[in-house]
Amino acid sequence: MKRFAALLSAVLLLFSLSVSAFADEGDREPNYDEAYYSQLKGKNVAINVYNWGEYISNGDDGCMDINAEFEKLTGITVNYTQFDTNESMYAKIKSGSASYDVIFPSDYMVSRMIQEGMLQELDFDLIPNSQYIDERFVNPEYDPENKYSVPYTWGTVGLIYNYDKLGFDPESWDILWDEEYAGEILMFSNSRDAFGLTLMKLGYNINTQDKEELAEAAEELKAQKPLVQAYVMDQIFDKMQGNEAILAPYYAGDAVNMMAENESLRFVVPEEGSNWFADAICIPKPSGSFDEDRYLAAHMYINFLNEPNVAAENIEYIQYSTPNTAALALLDEEVRENPISYPSDEVMEKTQAFVNLDTETNLYMDQLWTELMSAAPEYNEWAMPLFIIACLGLSVFVTVFKKQYRRRKDQFSYDTYRKL
Amino acid sequence: MKKHKILSNAYTALVMAFLYAPIIVLMIFSFNDSKSRNTWSGFTLRWYQDLFHDEEIIQALMLTLVVAVVSAVFATLLGTAAAIGLNKMNKRLRSVFMTLNYLPMVNPDIITGVSLMLLFTYLRLKFGVTTLILAHITFSVPYVVLNVMPKLRSMDKHIYEAALDLGCSPLTAYFKVVIPEIMPGIMSGFLMALTFSMDDFVVSYFVNGSSSQTLPLVVYSQTRRRVTPKINALSTIIFIVVLGILVINNIYSARKEQQLLAGNRAKKEGH
Repeated sequence: MKRFAALLSAVLLLFSLSVSAFADEGDREPNYDEAYYSQLKGKNVAINVYNWGEYISNGDDGCMDINAEFEKLTGITVNYTQFDTNESMYAKIKSGSASYDVIFPSDYMVSRMIQEGMLQELDFDLIPNSQYIDERFVNPEYDPENKYSVPYTWGTVGLIYNYDKLGFDPESWDILWDEEYAGEILMFSNSRDAFGLTLMKLGYNINTQDKEELAEAAEELKAQKPLVQAYVMDQIFDKMQGNEAILAPYYAGDAVNMMAENESLRFVVPEEGSNWFADAICIPKPSGSFDEDRYLAAHMYINFLNEPNVAAENIEYIQYSTPNTAALALLDEEVRENPISYPSDEVMEKTQAFVNLDTETNLYMDQLWTELMSAAPEYNEWAMPLFIIACLGLSVFVTVFKKQYRRRKDQFSYDTYRKL
Repeated sequence: MKKHKILSNAYTALVMAFLYAPIIVLMIFSFNDSKSRNTWSGFTLRWYQDLFHDEEIIQALMLTLVVAVVSAVFATLLGTAAAIGLNKMNKRLRSVFMTLNYLPMVNPDIITGVSLMLLFTYLRLKFGVTTLILAHITFSVPYVVLNVMPKLRSMDKHIYEAALDLGCSPLTAYFKVVIPEIMPGIMSGFLMALTFSMDDFVVSYFVNGSSSQTLPLVVYSQTRRRVTPKINALSTIIFIVVLGILVINNIYSARKEQQLLAGNRAKKEGH
């Protein structure tokens, strides 16, 4: 019966599509398939959605409140919670203490979760709007058979620079190692991105599992360290907008955001190539029993996020790039033609996506990164033990001194007492 | 002598600046017309407006308040009862239990969090509001005990005995004599439990469920894209509410003290 309903809705959708093809280009009128979305009405279904913080249009400044809109349309309750990194999201699900219906992992995390059997296969018949996904993003490297994920946003990593201070347009990652700009360089504070661009600079594959290549990259990063002003993530907004630094690698969508606030900033994907990333929508395997209604509701949510008008509103809020072609057509021409958000094929050819590395490589990279972060040239490996010994010595000394002091004091009071 | 005063005043001012400068900066930037945290681009109230329309944040705030109040009430009840019991024990047993009471406080939060998560998983509890409240009660109880204990120790035991002599049953004696006597300790214990619960990030991180999050967790999750100024607006409101409560409380207790003094004077004159 459900299958039939889905089929029916797909047909209806196709029909409505052919009608809307004649509509204006900028037409944002919602065109929801009522029959499809009202399947669970009155059943009191609730789904748990786990997304990145600040990563959905939420009604600010009159934009669409997507969760509220979805609840109104379908009668499904959305319990919306947020995470800060792929790793913390992964840990939360792995611990088994939480059950989510819809999650938003990044590319390499999708492939890791597929490998570990943590994701549920999607039923694409229940997501008719998946037809709008740009072919370039179907069967991506992280989900080669396109069974487990629908892309949500994408972008490239590039170099953000202050043109007014630099005076020219750099074309290579090498400038992040240029001593002339010592103290004016910001760097990623997460290992995967930092290693990624360094491997690119050296001409290696960003998904390399070769230990020698990784060690070489770590050496490069160590050489760069004295030039780096700070290892940052979101502080980059304030630092670049406030002209506190000249060069920083970051994500294209955020670059657009920063450039809107500070006109001297520019963005480039260096010639050695760079990372292409995507955040996807997936359904994790339930930790408890399988619930058919929640499974269907999760598909509806994914489908709703891919409604052209919804996806368009959403991407305008997030400011990353959308893989949804119908939504793209609804955006302002200025945005659509922006080479930073939607680079040419020529640029895209230079980019590579992250895939999951094996456990050993992950550990090795973590170890190299920790060494890099903790190693300061002035300290040697004896500094820490010596410091601890010094602390112990000091505390022993203080205790002994206190005891002696007290004894002397007692002696003194005894003497004075006797004199009296 | 006068020079001395200038120095000490300057020092006090410095300490105050150190304590309040961050909050003042946050309050100023809650009125900033851009998302930037270091350039001022004009006055606006839009973050306050957006804040009240943001259901996620309002829900998180409500959850934080509910968890704080419920867990603080239970922790106060449990902690006060425990303190009364501990007070009646012999010295050695009491010192054993007081040490046991100190342990969770010196224990790093992360250990409390992980172990509670493991316990709840083992017990097959459903993670959510219940586990949050249970966890918050767990780490709040020691603070209540610690606040109530000194009041009990300094209380005159004979008051309780006198109440019994005058015909109270032990239970009424407790409610009519002991509890009012240690009330300030109970109140400060309750307030501490409330603050710790609202403040907590680490423990909540491990025990929260998949359908709701407390405010600190929501704020932390925004660090990839950057924390919205709505949080500044919310923090400003919370700060002002707390400040208001403290001011009213101080005025109230100052008045009460004056009334008490006036009453005493009147009594003396009457004699």
